[in-house]
Order: sequence, then structure tokens, then C-alpha cells
Amino acid sequence: MADNMQKCNISENNFEQCTKCSICTTVCPVAAVTTDYPGPKQAGPDGERYRLKDPAYYDKMLKLCLNCKRCEVACPSGVHIADIIQHARMTAGEGKRASLRDTMLANTDLLGTVANLVAPVANATLGLKPTKMVMHSVMAIDKHRTFPAYSRTKFETWYKRHAAQDQEAYPHHVSYFHGCYVNYNFPKLGQDLVKLMNAMGYGVHLLGKEQCCGVALIANGLYKQAKRQARVNAASIRQAVNMDHRTVLTTSSSCTFNLRDEYPSMLGVDTGDVRNDIMLATRFIYRLVDEEKVKLVFKQDYKRRIAYHTACHMQRMGWQLYSIEMLRMIPGLELVVLDQECCGISGTYGFKKENYERSQAIGSTLFKSIEQAQVDAVATDCETCKWQIEMSTSRPVENPISILADALDVEATRRANGL
Amino acid sequence: MVTNEVYKNEYDVIIIGGGATGAGTARDCALRGLKVLLVERNDYSTGATGRNHGLMHSGARYAVTDGESASECISENMILRRIARHCVEETDGLFITLPEDDLGYQRTFVDACQRAGIRADVIDPDEARLIEPAVNPDLIGAVRIPDASIDPFRLTVANLLDARLHGAETLNYHEVEGMIVNQNRVEGVKLLNKRNGEHVEVRGRVVVNACGIWGQRIAAMAGVNISMFPARGALLIFGHRVNNMVINRCRKPANADILVPDDTVCVIGTTSDRIPIETVDDMRVTREEVDVLLKEGVKIAPSLATTRIIRAYAGVRPLVASDDDPSGRSISRGIVCLDHAQRDGLEGFITITGGKMMTYRLMGEIATNAVCAKLGNTAPCVTATQPLPGSEEGAPDQRDMTKRYSFGQRAAIGRHGSLAARIEKDNDIDNALVCECEGVTVGEIKYAVHQLHVHNLVNLRRRTRVGMGTCQGKLCSCRAASLMGEFSHDVKGAQEDLAAFLDERWKGMRPVAWGDTLREAQLTAAIYEGLCGLDMAVDRTGKEDVQ
Repeated sequence: MADNMQKCNISENNFEQCTKCSICTTVCPVAAVTTDYPGPKQAGPDGERYRLKDPAYYDKMLKLCLNCKRCEVACPSGVHIADIIQHARMTAGEGKRASLRDTMLANTDLLGTVANLVAPVANATLGLKPTKMVMHSVMAIDKHRTFPAYSRTKFETWYKRHAAQDQEAYPHHVSYFHGCYVNYNFPKLGQDLVKLMNAMGYGVHLLGKEQCCGVALIANGLYKQAKRQARVNAASIRQAVNMDHRTVLTTSSSCTFNLRDEYPSMLGVDTGDVRNDIMLATRFIYRLVDEEKVKLVFKQDYKRRIAYHTACHMQRMGWQLYSIEMLRMIPGLELVVLDQECCGISGTYGFKKENYERSQAIGSTLFKSIEQAQVDAVATDCETCKWQIEMSTSRPVENPISILADALDVEATRRANGL
Repeated sequence: MVTNEVYKNEYDVIIIGGGATGAGTARDCALRGLKVLLVERNDYSTGATGRNHGLMHSGARYAVTDGESASECISENMILRRIARHCVEETDGLFITLPEDDLGYQRTFVDACQRAGIRADVIDPDEARLIEPAVNPDLIGAVRIPDASIDPFRLTVANLLDARLHGAETLNYHEVEGMIVNQNRVEGVKLLNKRNGEHVEVRGRVVVNACGIWGQRIAAMAGVNISMFPARGALLIFGHRVNNMVINRCRKPANADILVPDDTVCVIGTTSDRIPIETVDDMRVTREEVDVLLKEGVKIAPSLATTRIIRAYAGVRPLVASDDDPSGRSISRGIVCLDHAQRDGLEGFITITGGKMMTYRLMGEIATNAVCAKLGNTAPCVTATQPLPGSEEGAPDQRDMTKRYSFGQRAAIGRHGSLAARIEKDNDIDNALVCECEGVTVGEIKYAVHQLHVHNLVNLRRRTRVGMGTCQGKLCSCRAASLMGEFSHDVKGAQEDLAAFLDERWKGMRPVAWGDTLREAQLTAAIYEGLCGLDMAVDRTGKEDVQ
């Protein structure tokens, strides 16, 4: 045979490598609860062959895909199944306008900016039954859902007022991509990170310009806007990594996955050169401790029983081990690692009226095992998992960073790290 | 069907050969009111009909070398677009000139196309790259011509269906063992029913030999000599479409110079080698053939170098030596219709051969004209205007985006046209997919088994595309075998059929068994042999393969 021929099969997203073993379909949380969805193999590699023949073969049921990427984790052949499905949705959805509801759900930062200004009113109003009924019937946002409460003060505002001036004094430095959730809904998580990193001798800096990572924009078909924001973020991250030589930390698994992997694969915004410098704070901290570069000193009387839930995108990155092992460093923390199951929310998916029941059905076994685990709280790295689990179980949910910050003896840790 | 009844009948015409030509002849004869029997020794479209490119030639390929064939092609091409819409995909085609080719040939080519009545538009290489992104970007010239893609299995079945609708009987797995000849007249055929081993004789007023390359043997049974010159061609099937237009090389016809998008795959071919007549049943593809196809194929579309090949296959063109030159130096690619009464003094026997799958209808018309002349039938031929079953006016279109078809329904409409309406789809079971690669539902399998003469999984594959996708039957063959077993109440038979089907799939994969195709095959083996123990349940040693 001629040289360099047939050495490998390279197709878009490796769909030709699929050997139809169907393992992906067995792990698909959607296929497990409904026959309306053809499953990842059919929707992905199988459907792709027909869509190449004719775009008319696009199946509208592909919108049921959660983009949880569990199929990709399971695939023994390295096929980017969920990417194939997302690309098909992207191509088929081209030129169509997103609905008001989808636009609203997708623009987490815009909604957050407005809601912050009127946080008490917004929180109260969004929680009211009449408001929920209007949103349910007019906007098709399910009445069972409550929007996460908005904070009165943005994280960025808090940071500028209370933290920014101290950061340069530390011997080491990191940047922080806080994301919309920390900024608008839950600044405490960002504050916890700053507290932790400072105690270890790391100054925390915001990026030159941060916009919403766009994970919800992609999920709702607003690709052009997602691409614009991705370019801004990519430039800011490059600045932090290349000019300031700082690792960019995150506290949201979905933002992280989006910045590292979806930017190039979904939006064509290459972040390959800085990919290794974007990481979840749990991974960064675990490695620092593991390599004995920092020391953590914990409170003496700390005692909690925590269950860890692996968010889907966390599983895709394979980073749950860092969060789990980091939590296991805490003396007095009894950790229950839950089976890796999807909670069903998938960002904005579960907020939509048409998805509510499916969303809850997907999460049902997870909810049961959480109730049975008899824990004080659930730990997870994803904020939308948090909303879903808090709505669907009796347990509160916390980010591992907040748990670590809570268990840490800050003054002792500072001393241990020579501060 | 009660075969005994069939055997007792006396027919106006018995047609030997269930390829496109035989089926087209049967349809034409039946439409003209004749009492027709068609017999085929294997399954329909097992010979050259099912072993070509699936290319609906515009005729451009023959324009320079054979103007008559080119004119026939373009005329039939336009007819098939009307009468066989559900078998045809109107892709259009390109004739590309590469840097290694002589751009001067393009002028000769376009002139010849115009003489033959084939629209041939010279387009800018940039436009060619735009309308067909898979094309070799180094091209220096391009001509757009009305080539298209056609499914020969569907085409043959549609012809047989229409023949049957008009009273014809058709029998597959009936092999002609001898001719009944009485005083210089052929009066019928001696048949072996290969499914039950029964020997029978059937009588007809005229017998038509439409056996392609195997016509020489049939003629010999009647004591008549025809010199066929078998020209073998091998082809490769790629796992998905890289191109959406037919791409040809604009040069004198040579090896591997056509890439055709067929349904979900694309096919490169062919080679062309003269082979001895004794070896026409050996369809194995050699390593040398694969190498040539690949080497030339990547010149047409460079992405073929890294695209998975799922199968290799070969067919034999039925070329005929002119009667005045039995040495074979002057070989016709055109249609040859021999009335053996005039040629050999043998009454009641006609051979229709040569030609191409593309011109099957015209061959059927010519053969039927000859039959009718003998029988004094004066009915006119209507096959050029009357649509085939499935392609009637107003038949649904698989590309209709306004309709909310499911994946399986859309695929079925693509395969069966209006006949897809006969497929049950009212419950979840009927809508469940059997073949996931090709979107074949339980309902479609039921339809094929009960209405399209399916006796085994290979038949089923030709009618529906079950097992034609990238997994080559790994997931679907077991499900399909289970359904077949349910219908026939013969579990053991279904197991044997399953084993035979998987063997047949492996045969085509073997010449290209590397990379992902090899992984695929290994997983199949692990499932069926390792997990299910199919090799232990079924004894395949020494079994003759009649697929």
C-alpha cells in the first residue's frame, strides 16, 4: 500500500472510530428515562452518516441531549459523541432565533446584573407563586423551579472594596475566573477561595476582563454571542498566563470544562496554548499539598459527614479525584462518595417546563442515595447540581472549596506557610 | 406462493436471470400483457447488477470512446429520473482534470458530450471546490455533468414488484439445469429448486437469456455458442460520504477514476481486468486491487486516505464479442440482443446481454420487442413513461423538511418511496430500530420479509440495507435473525442464517481488515463467537455458500 495511507481514520470528532458497541447508550441518563431520545450512538455517530447524506435527517429529539458528556467518558474508542450531537444541533439551529425564555436563561450575566441591582425585590418576586405561574405558562420555565437567590453585592464589587489591595503582598499569585454564579448569586464561594489561597500564601487576582463563559449560551443555541464572549475570555486568560505567569483558577466545573474543551471544539476558539493553565481550585490545592509546597492546618473540633456528588463535566475532565482527595485531607470529615450519576438539571435544561419531569426522573436515584447517606451536606463542584439537589432533597449543598475554607484554621495555616 | 401451481403453468415467456435486465424485461413483458415467469438461481441482483458503482451515468464517461453508449445513457438517465425517483439521487457530477492530466482532453470531452446530447458545463476549479469540498483541491479543470447516484437493488425490486403487479411470476433460488429443446425449438427450462432440492420442468413459448456473464453457460445448454469476455472490476466502500457529487477523472477511462456517493457511503472504482470465463464466480478482491483503488482514489478526494473503508467487492461486466469477430479483438460495450432463430436456427430463444445496469430498461424494451415479434404481440412499450411502484406522482420525499418523519420513517421513504406507506409504524415495536446504522425498523423488516421475497438475511440486506452500515451487521443481524426466526418458527434455521450472514459480511471486510474495520470485526467475533457461542451452535464447515 502507498505510504501514509490508511494509517488512521480521521473524521470530524472521530465518529468513524465508533464500533457500535453501544456502551454510550447504556450510560446515557436521558435514554434511561425516555424512549423519545434515540440515545447517544444513534444521535451521534449513526445519525451523522445520514446527516452527511442530507441535513433533512436531523432529528429534533437531539435537543433532549443534556450534553453531560457521560457518553464520551464511557466510549472506549475516543469518539466525541456529545460534540457530534452538539454540532448537529448547532448546524440545524443556524439562522433560527432563540426564544425569549432561552435567551433569558442563557444570559446568566445579564440577568445577574439586573437582578443584583434589585436583589431583595428580585428574589422575593421570583419566589412568588403568581410570578412562578406566569413564568411557567408564559415563558415555559417550570413552576417547580426557583431561581437561585441573587446577592445584593457582586463578588467583583466585594473584591475591589475588600480584597484587591492586599493581594500583591503575597509571595505567589493566581488569577481567578469566578463565573456568573459566584459574581451574582453566591459571592461567598469566591470569598472562601480568596481566604484559602491567601492563607497558603497566594494572592488572588481577577482577570483583566471576564465575561460569562457562555456554557448556557451554547446549550441554548446562542453560538455567535458565545463565540464573542469566548474570545474576550480567551484573551484575558492568555494575558494572565503569558504576561503575569499566573495559573487561572476556577470554582465551577462547567465553566472550567467550557473554557478548556468546549471553546475549541464547539466555538472554534482555540485555548490549547493555555489549556493546562486553567484549572479547578481543588486540583490546584490538592497538588500543592501533595507536592508539599503548602501546608494546611485544620480546626481541632471539626466533625462533619459529607457526601460527594460528581458533576457530569467534572467526570468528563476526570478531576473528581482531586476534589475527593482534597476533602479527605480534612480530619474529622467523613466522606461518602456517591455513585457517579447525573442529577438531571444540566444547567438551564431542567428549568424548562418541557424538561422538568425528565430532569427529575434522571436525578431520582441520586436523590434517593443522598437521602439514604445520612449526611450533613453534599459536596459538588457544580452550581447547577447544587440547585437541583437542594430542590430535590432535604440536604444542603456546598462547594468543596467552601467546605475546606470552613474546616481550615486560617491563622495556623498562615503561620505554617511562613506568613 | 404455491410453487407447484407455477410449475404447471405454461408461459408466454420465461426469463432467466434476476438482475436489472431480467427484471426490466419481465416488467416490460408483463406490461404488454404476456404471461411471464422469471427465474433466478440465487437472490435477485446478486450478479453484476448488485456489484457495480451505483452510478447513474450521464453517459459522459463514454462520450469520447463510444458515442452510441453515451446517447443511450443520457436518454435512459432522463427516463430513470422520472420513473425511478425513489431509487435515484440527483447529485450531478464533475469531471475533474488534475495536474497530471492533459487539460486539452477537456475540450475533446465537452465536444463529445455535446454531440451525444449530454449537458456539460465547464466550470471554474474554484467553483468545483466550492460545490464539492471533497474534491482534490489541486484540480486544474472541471466540467459539471448530469451524473447521479442510483440504488440497483431497489431498482431491480421495483421492476419485479411491477412485473408481479401485472401478473408475472418470479422465483429466486431456482437454477436452470438445462433447456428443453425439441426440434430446433426451445420449449422451456429444467429447474432445480435450490431451497428444497426439487427438479422441475417449466414450459414457455419463448425463453430469454438475461444472465449477464453467465449467459454463455445458459446458451451452451441450448447448444448455442456466445463468446463472453468477462471484465472484472473491484470497488471499495467507505464508511460515510466524503462527497455529495459524483466525481470522475476527465481523461480516457482508466482504473479507479469514479467516486460515487451512494446512500450513506461512497464508493471508489473500478479496476478492469480481463479474466477467464471459468473464474467468474470468484468474487474475492485482491490486495493489488485494493492498492490500486486507494492510490488512484486519493487523487480524486484526498480525504479517502484517512477515511475508513468498510468493504471491498467485485463484479464482472458481461462484455460480448461481436459475432463477426469471435476472437474478441472487437468488443462491444453496447447492448447485444441475439435472436437465436436468425443467428443459430434455434427457435424460441433470445439472449439479451452486454449493455450496462444503466441501460437495463432499454435492454428490457429491446428484448421484449423481440419476444413480442415472435408471439405476434403488438402492444407498445410503456416502461419509459410509467413510473415504477414507489415513484408515482406525489410520492413522499425523504428530504421533505416540512414533514415530521422519524429517522427510521425518513430512511424508509428514501428506500421505498411511496411503498413506505405499507410499513407498519403505529406502535413502539414497529418503530424500533433493528439496524441503527441504516435506520431500518421492525416494521420495515416485516414489510420486506412478507412482500419482497426475503428468504434469508442476505436477501433482507438487499431489500432494506440491514447490515450495510459501518458495523456490518454486528448489532442488527442478531435482531433481524430473531425476527426471521419468529416469522419462520425455525430457530435453528435462523441461527444458521445468522452465521452465514456474518461470514458473508466478513468476506467483504477481509481485504480491507485493518484499523477501525478490523476493530469492528474483532468486536463482532467477540460477541458472536466469544459471548454467544454461535460458532459452536452452528456447524458451518463444508457448507457451500449460496449467498
